[in-house]
Amino acid sequence: MADLSTQTGGIRSPNPFWLASAPPANSGAQIQRAFDAGWGGAVWKTLGTPIQNVSSRFGGHAIGNARGAGFNNIELITDRPLEVNFREIAETKKRWPHNPIIASLMVETREEWREIIKRSIDAGADGLELNFGCPHGMCERGMGSAVGQEPAVNERITSWACEFSTVPVLVKLTPNVSDIVPHGMAAKRGGAHGVSLINTIKSIIAVDIDRFVPEPRVGSLSTNGGYCGAAVKPIALHMVAALAREPGFGLPISGIGGVRNWRDAVEFMLLGSSTVQVCTEVMLRGYRVVEDMRDGLEEYMHSKGFTRVQDMVGKAVPAFSEWGDLDMNYETVARINADTCIGCQLCIAACHDGAHQCIHPQEGTRVPRIDESECVGCNLCQIVCPSPGCITMDRVDNGHPPATWNDHVNHGATLRPKKGSH
Amino acid sequence: MPAEFPVERSETAFTDYKLPLSPAQAAVEAGRCLFCHDAPCVTACPTHIDIPQFIRKIANGNDRGAAKTIFESNILGMSCARVCPVEVLCVGACVYNDLDEPPIQIGKLQRHATDRAFDEGWRFFKAGAPTGRRVALVGGGPASLAAAHELRRLGHACTIFERRDFLGGLNTTGIAPHKLKADRSVTEAAWVLEIGGVELRTGAEIGRDVSLADLERDFDAVFVGIGLGADSRAKVPGEDLPGVLGAVDWIERMKLGDAGLAGVRRAVVVGAGNTAMDAARELLALGVPQVTTLYRGTEDAMGGYAHEWRAARVAGVRAEWRAVTTAFEGAGRLERLRCVRVDEARTPVAGSQFTLEADLALLAIGQSRLGAVLAGLKGITVESGIVRVDAHGFTGRPGWYAGGDCANGGKEVVNAAAEGMAAARAIDRALAAGGGIGRKEVPRG
Ligand SMILES: Cc1cc2nc3c(=O)[nH]c(=O)nc-3n(C[C@H](O)[C@H](O)[C@H](O)COP(=O)(O)OP(=O)(O)OC[C@H]3O[C@@H](n4cnc5c(N)ncnc54)[C@H](O)[C@@H]3O)c2cc1C
Ligand SMILES: Cc1cc2nc3c(=O)[nH]c(=O)nc-3n(C[C@H](O)[C@H](O)[C@H](O)COP(=O)(O)O)c2cc1C
Ligand code: SF4
Repeated sequence: MADLSTQTGGIRSPNPFWLASAPPANSGAQIQRAFDAGWGGAVWKTLGTPIQNVSSRFGGHAIGNARGAGFNNIELITDRPLEVNFREIAETKKRWPHNPIIASLMVETREEWREIIKRSIDAGADGLELNFGCPHGMCERGMGSAVGQEPAVNERITSWACEFSTVPVLVKLTPNVSDIVPHGMAAKRGGAHGVSLINTIKSIIAVDIDRFVPEPRVGSLSTNGGYCGAAVKPIALHMVAALAREPGFGLPISGIGGVRNWRDAVEFMLLGSSTVQVCTEVMLRGYRVVEDMRDGLEEYMHSKGFTRVQDMVGKAVPAFSEWGDLDMNYETVARINADTCIGCQLCIAACHDGAHQCIHPQEGTRVPRIDESECVGCNLCQIVCPSPGCITMDRVDNGHPPATWNDHVNHGATLRPKKGSH
Repeated sequence: MPAEFPVERSETAFTDYKLPLSPAQAAVEAGRCLFCHDAPCVTACPTHIDIPQFIRKIANGNDRGAAKTIFESNILGMSCARVCPVEVLCVGACVYNDLDEPPIQIGKLQRHATDRAFDEGWRFFKAGAPTGRRVALVGGGPASLAAAHELRRLGHACTIFERRDFLGGLNTTGIAPHKLKADRSVTEAAWVLEIGGVELRTGAEIGRDVSLADLERDFDAVFVGIGLGADSRAKVPGEDLPGVLGAVDWIERMKLGDAGLAGVRRAVVVGAGNTAMDAARELLALGVPQVTTLYRGTEDAMGGYAHEWRAARVAGVRAEWRAVTTAFEGAGRLERLRCVRVDEARTPVAGSQFTLEADLALLAIGQSRLGAVLAGLKGITVESGIVRVDAHGFTGRPGWYAGGDCANGGKEVVNAAAEGMAAARAIDRALAAGGGIGRKEVPRG
């Protein structure tokens, strides 16, 4: 079977699944249970000058029956005394020497960084993660995303950490920026051995429409929180991939954001993550979700002939390109398999109201007809179709050689005529 | 299709009562599972399959991993998915029942994953490193198959002694064909034995062809999984008439060959256990126009599951409650049953005699017990034909273990699988600790 061992920035792990720095990695007892369940590593709940938390502090975004499809929190860093955390790191390392523990850190001054890094390494941390990402509470105090949003500050603090540390340093990036690349580059200039992303996204999860207060509600007030869970995966994937394909970057990546199962993990890995971190799915369902993450990844690697994690890391990065480099003459049309069509006609509504008005009802059958001469190949009908595999997007040969927008603009390459009368 | 069964058998007329899920249905159903902590369905399953975990794997598109999780706990997971009374086991325990929402269709999801494993030829288990120890398994039913598979994983050489010339026990000869057909059970047995290292001695009956002394001489341990015996007799005049049969006996004929129903217009099934329910539904389905069950107790006291009786009733089975038969009568073959009503104390009610016309009567009032075959082995207790064992299947005589119907008095396939597996582990622990046949050490669980 495939070998699941991997490493990010020199931090070795028996498998790519790490607990993200968050409540599931709050204490030694929890992390030891997680290792028992099969987790590869854990990024300890962020250490710093202990704070106090509010209640309540979490909010869930249900989409239909999917409770917790999105999740947010207004929790801060650890609220437990530092010496307790360090003692538990040491105990956990003693019992689980081969599972990496990464100390997530957030302090202010150079002296504080020196001190907390020394204590973390003395306790046995295998690596550090600099939390430059928390989008609430800590940033108002000049930490968290306040650091992550300023490349110069990020670079300076990273360089301090790298100066003081004898173990690998990962920088955890905030997604609350317009372009992730300069921030990854700042971490690199500061000397980081890798980056972790994403932290949570600034959000208001919901509003209590009877009390006129946003959620989560603390008495009569609320505040903005960090958004995470399944719903943020697309944003996280993009940020991971944007760094992975940046020519001058090249640092290892620990991917985070909405990982629920092995498939999500595989997607992060194909876009350049050598490990993945999970918070929300563990909060919602417990540590044992890791069983299928490992099992499914192993089955997947076996089916694809990958023997080591490294064989697959970044495999989809070359296919993540610029719009201007896409082949404008590549053409698909939607086709309906009448045998598997159940006649719901969701595709008619979608195409008529949301696309190009080319799916039509037919006399004597509920199976719609697609006018292929009008179909622009947008995918919308396939996305709404509830019958698996019923609508396919089929390539059609229009006789036009490949031509990108850039070819067209720069060299006058001929583009196929715009399709559809609408 | 094993050579010994004819292709045309009465049972092949049956279609599945519970339909399999399409992949799309399986995905939707799996997506509904709440992934409960300390899940009640797992507790309710005698083999404790990690149900939430295998369902999650289906939901995540990992059918192969799901099948592995199932077989890890229950190597007979394919047949159990079809034959288990899930209504009173896992599905009955699903927390959705308390929300008044439909419970998760665990049996169907299990069938989805395990059928796929059979279809795709997936294999999961390897034999353990040889220990040099030899274990005999008496009987080739579910209990022995589960035990043999686990023993092979642990590296012990196995020999199965089965008096018939095919494997599977009642899973092959007894299960209602709308759940599982004989050839599928035999296929499963062969699949289980693909782990290798299991010698098969079919046509070998312990106590007749092979003696207990032979077993004690040749093996380090013995697992007894001989199930139950022939149908019990009613001890009523006329029961030797042609047209009066044991229900399990008739079911076997129906499954392996011809049910012999030509000319049968009215049938009576005596009893109200699950065998009676199965037989009655099978008779109706095979075209007998009128099928009546006759039971000495009330509907509330019947031994069969409520869900089975409901299905039988819906199919058109009639019932006579609080009545017993006093004689089977007919000129040369069965024509009628003389019956009488009984009261709560089961004493006949004066003047309540009645007659049921019938061309066929099936006795479904229990099966005989075979424990006597072990009589004479010091240390083994046989009570009313049931072999007494502890929680690990140990009989009290070093090296001798038992499980399944012969030790539990007659339960389900999944109990036989669980008990076979538990006994295999106990045998392994005992052998590792220097126990076994002829040793002083009494193994501890
Ligand atoms: C009609 C009927 C319907 C049933 N339906 C269901 C159902 O739907 N679901 C369910 O879960 N369970 C059902 N059961 C119960 C289930 O079949 C049994 O619980 C299960 O098969 C028991 O397995 P076992 O291995 O203990 O015994 P068996 O299956 O009885 O196997 C025992 C084997 O030992 C062999 N044997 C006996 N004596 C000797 C000897 N001296 N030497 C060598 N071999 C010997 C027999 O030939 C047989 O092959 C049903 C039972 C009956 C009778
Ligand atoms: C309740 C909660 C507390 C968190 N606390 C921290 C923290 O202390 N330090 C940190 O770096 N990230 C923290 N995070 C962010 C997570 O580590 C992670 O980056 C984010 O939740 C995205 O992953 P997910 O979609 O798997 O939850 C927290 C997230 C949640 C939900
Ligand atoms: S999850 Fe636990 S700590 Fe949180 S509100 Fe519920 S009971 Fe309290």
